Amino acid sequence: MTEHGEFDHVSGRSTTGHEWDGIKELNTPLPRWWVITFYACIVWAIGYWIVYPAWPMLWSHTTGVLGYSSRADVAVELANLEKIRGDKMVTLGAAPLAEIEKDPGLLALARARGKTVFGDNCAPCHGSGGAGAKGYPNLNDDDWLWGGSLDQILQTIQFGARSGHAKTHESAMLAFGKEGVLKKDQIVTVANYVRSLSGLPTSPGYDATAGAKIFADNCTSCHGDNAKGNQELGAPNLTDKIWLYGSDEATLVETITNGRAGVMPAWVGRLDPPTIKALTVYVHSLGGGK
Amino acid sequence: MNKPVNPTDLPLEDDGPLYVAQKKVYPQSVSGTFRRTKWGLMAFCLGVYYFLPFVRWNRGLGAPDQAVLVDLPNSRFYFFFIELWPQEVYYFTGLLIAAALTLFLMNAIGGRVWCGYLCPQTVWTDLFYAVERLIEGDRRERMRKDAAKGTMKMERFAELVLKHSIWLMIAWWTGGAWVLYFNDAPTLVKQLVTFQAPVIAYIWIAILTTTTYVLAGWMREQVCVYMCPWPRIQAALTDEWALNVTYKYDRGEQRTSLKKASELRALGEHVGDCIDCYQCVAVCPTGIDIRNGPQLDCIQCGLCIDACDTVMTKIGRETRLIGYDNDINIHRREAGKPPIYRLVRARTVVYALLIAGVGAIMLYALLTRTLLDINVLHDRNPVAVKLSDGSIRNAYTIRLLNKRGFDRVIAIDVDGPVNATIHVVGADSVTQERPMIVLGRDQTTELRLLVTAPAESNPEKSIPVHFHVTDIGLGEVASATDHFVAP
Repeated sequence: MTEHGEFDHVSGRSTTGHEWDGIKELNTPLPRWWVITFYACIVWAIGYWIVYPAWPMLWSHTTGVLGYSSRADVAVELANLEKIRGDKMVTLGAAPLAEIEKDPGLLALARARGKTVFGDNCAPCHGSGGAGAKGYPNLNDDDWLWGGSLDQILQTIQFGARSGHAKTHESAMLAFGKEGVLKKDQIVTVANYVRSLSGLPTSPGYDATAGAKIFADNCTSCHGDNAKGNQELGAPNLTDKIWLYGSDEATLVETITNGRAGVMPAWVGRLDPPTIKALTVYVHSLGGGK
Repeated sequence: MNKPVNPTDLPLEDDGPLYVAQKKVYPQSVSGTFRRTKWGLMAFCLGVYYFLPFVRWNRGLGAPDQAVLVDLPNSRFYFFFIELWPQEVYYFTGLLIAAALTLFLMNAIGGRVWCGYLCPQTVWTDLFYAVERLIEGDRRERMRKDAAKGTMKMERFAELVLKHSIWLMIAWWTGGAWVLYFNDAPTLVKQLVTFQAPVIAYIWIAILTTTTYVLAGWMREQVCVYMCPWPRIQAALTDEWALNVTYKYDRGEQRTSLKKASELRALGEHVGDCIDCYQCVAVCPTGIDIRNGPQLDCIQCGLCIDACDTVMTKIGRETRLIGYDNDINIHRREAGKPPIYRLVRARTVVYALLIAGVGAIMLYALLTRTLLDINVLHDRNPVAVKLSDGSIRNAYTIRLLNKRGFDRVIAIDVDGPVNATIHVVGADSVTQERPMIVLGRDQTTELRLLVTAPAESNPEKSIPVHFHVTDIGLGEVASATDHFVAP
């Protein structure tokens, strides 16, 4: 009955023979099915080592006889994706910008592709829906620093603004205060004048004539005689209701004192031409496109 | 019993081991009303299953012309004149509820009607038995051949190969017909025979070939007895009025051999009609003895009724010693009263009303189904945009559903802020300041719609906006409501 140890008469089972303070441990072997499963797992693991990448080596790892790699799987899936997109994106790349919005199929494709790419590349500055932020233009409105036609948007996306690219939009607003061109009180005066251009209230004691004079002497070369801005230079329209950095006096004083020169990177070379085209149409279709 | 019994003095009950080896069942061939009914229903069910995918239904140019089709890539379900979109999957919910209630109603009337005549497991097993009988012979011959194991002759080997080949062929066709419901049947058949079909089609055929072959060829009644939940649920759902395949023991007992019975009858003694011929057991596809009373293993196919009727006719006794009956009538006959049958009772009426109710709701939903629909999603970021002249613009993504089989021109009207202008990005034309859009047939169209309220209108923080789309040709209108928000 007992192979080793002793027979326990109360339970009718054999014991392991080990005794602690008069208590003996019953011999309860692992269930057969469990042991078989366990050994099967070991055999499986050995097979796995041979077939799949498994052991770390000094500089690399064993690759397994199947040569499997999850990275290769991703590459295949990406290639398939490109294949699916292939023809459609070629058509999109070949179509003239103005035609895309007239073709419902191409428009839907460009907007879908544009939205994805916008989320990946543009959203960090312009926001996921292109709402912008202080210093980053809202792309939904009709106010454009560098122009809101399809071609102008394409130009801006391709080469950016002050990006360092040879064809980029280049200009900078002079730091009138820092450079000593204007004194503190002159800056406050011209800031109030700028506020008055779009109908905003001015501070008490503000000298409108002086403001107009300072503006005419210093600002009109870029912002224009009527202060409506100049898209060639990226100089904003100062008579509308949209403010890139803010319309309160303190912000305007800061802007005039230190100047402004927002930067947008060039995307040519980072995104392929059909994708940039899709992005252009997407931004244009947000609502503000001219 | 004068003295209480000490429980420890009782003999230990021993039901034997928990595991009982399967005893192979050799159902004998039988003929009669129920066998004929089963042949008829089998032909009907299999006929529908195998040939339905080939039935054509004209839906116009460009739409699939298969009467019943589950078009997964385009997410459409076609059933003759009905076409369902994925968001209308609740029709299937209704169908399942109606099916469950029908099952309950059948049970309340005639017990396991589903199990005995209509269940795929029964139908295919019956078919496989028919093949087996045709090749290997009837019950006794099959038993003899199986018992002669070990001394297999060439002839027997050929028989087995033939049987399993035919089984596999039927099983393959079962899987083959299944995939035809998911693609254009004639095209797919052509692809299948030229090995051009998609891999997934072959995989599904292989899966269903295996399940059919294993379930109908090898597992047979074990599926009903051990795997199927319905016998368990059915037992809880039944009542004393439901008619079940019943051995009328009031008539059958005492079982007496034919010879002895006639002797005793001559003496004027009462003798049961059952002559213990075991024909009811021999024909039973689950291998049970119906005379033991209602039992879980009984699928109520009625074949024992046919077998018993044959014997009763032969010995000149009244038929239907086994028949659709219930305990109530057995007790009534024992008490000398005529049997009564109550098919119309609270349970059946309630089930029938529920089925009618679910059916009516589904029919109503189907008839009033919208074929033009609009969904509106307000831009979230930014919610509102201030334009350079101070006017306020809200942008919406509108999704238009055209469930008709032809292109249609629709006009979009927006009823919202005073003097608001609307613009649809990419709108084909603007007539009378209404953007007009062409909706492709049987598809959804997504548009970007801009609503701009002039600065002087000074819109409130949030006002409701109603979007109406009107089919210019048919006059169908669909509407949706959202809000116009000022920053």
